[in-house]
Amino acid sequence: MTTNFKRRFFLKGSLAAGTVGAAIGAGLFIPKTGFASWPKAAFTAKNIDDALGAAMNGSQTASSDAIKIKAPDIAENGAVVPVSVKADIKDVESIAILYAGNASPLAASFNLGPGSVPDVSTRIKMAKTGDLVAVVKANGKLLSSRKPVKVTIGGCGG
Amino acid sequence: MAKKSIKIRAKAKNGVTTVKALMNHPMETGLRKKGGKLVPAHFIQEVIATSGGKTVMTAHWSGAVSKNPYISFKFNGGNKGDSVKIAWTDNKGGASSSTAKIK
Repeated sequence: MTTNFKRRFFLKGSLAAGTVGAAIGAGLFIPKTGFASWPKAAFTAKNIDDALGAAMNGSQTASSDAIKIKAPDIAENGAVVPVSVKADIKDVESIAILYAGNASPLAASFNLGPGSVPDVSTRIKMAKTGDLVAVVKANGKLLSSRKPVKVTIGGCGG
Repeated sequence: MAKKSIKIRAKAKNGVTTVKALMNHPMETGLRKKGGKLVPAHFIQEVIATSGGKTVMTAHWSGAVSKNPYISFKFNGGNKGDSVKIAWTDNKGGASSSTAKIK
């Protein structure tokens, strides 16, 4: 990947995020946690704060011991890192898995319906060693937890 | 993609249903190169799981979810014999869905 391309990509990404952000600001549509369509701004954001702001309407998180992230301490293959997030919290609305080492940190978000149990698993790609962040939204509050994962072979490029 | 691209296992135990699913999808980030050219982004954006007429889980994904994604989640309720439906749509407008009975 050339530097120039990277720059193009970044500009394009931030432009798209800007447009959607402006639309939200103007009240054209209200992002509803639950059954909103794919939040492009959240997935093209370049840092965790922006991604959280777009996905969950706020970047202020309080760290919580009630959130358990299950992931390997050392991931041999960064292309497939199994991650489970379990929360001992009532009324969880959504769970997001973020990882700052990727081009866009938000990897996946799960919006749980009423009566769901906050326990989700998936497998994600990790470009390099870093912290996995799980953010749980419950009763309008954001709670987070971190887990460092060492990656021996990166999951991007190839 | 007309083939069955989602495998679902759903199990009810003590009033909680655990659903596990595997999907067939390349999940390209759009950043990977092959033969000097970038492979265009192609990934699942939205996964919707419904059971008993209710949406039990909606997941939004980026290209950072691994190839042939695995997902598992739990919800309260759900009886043996009920069906669970999982449907996905990707960034190119592709879609697939599959239904399984809770065991």
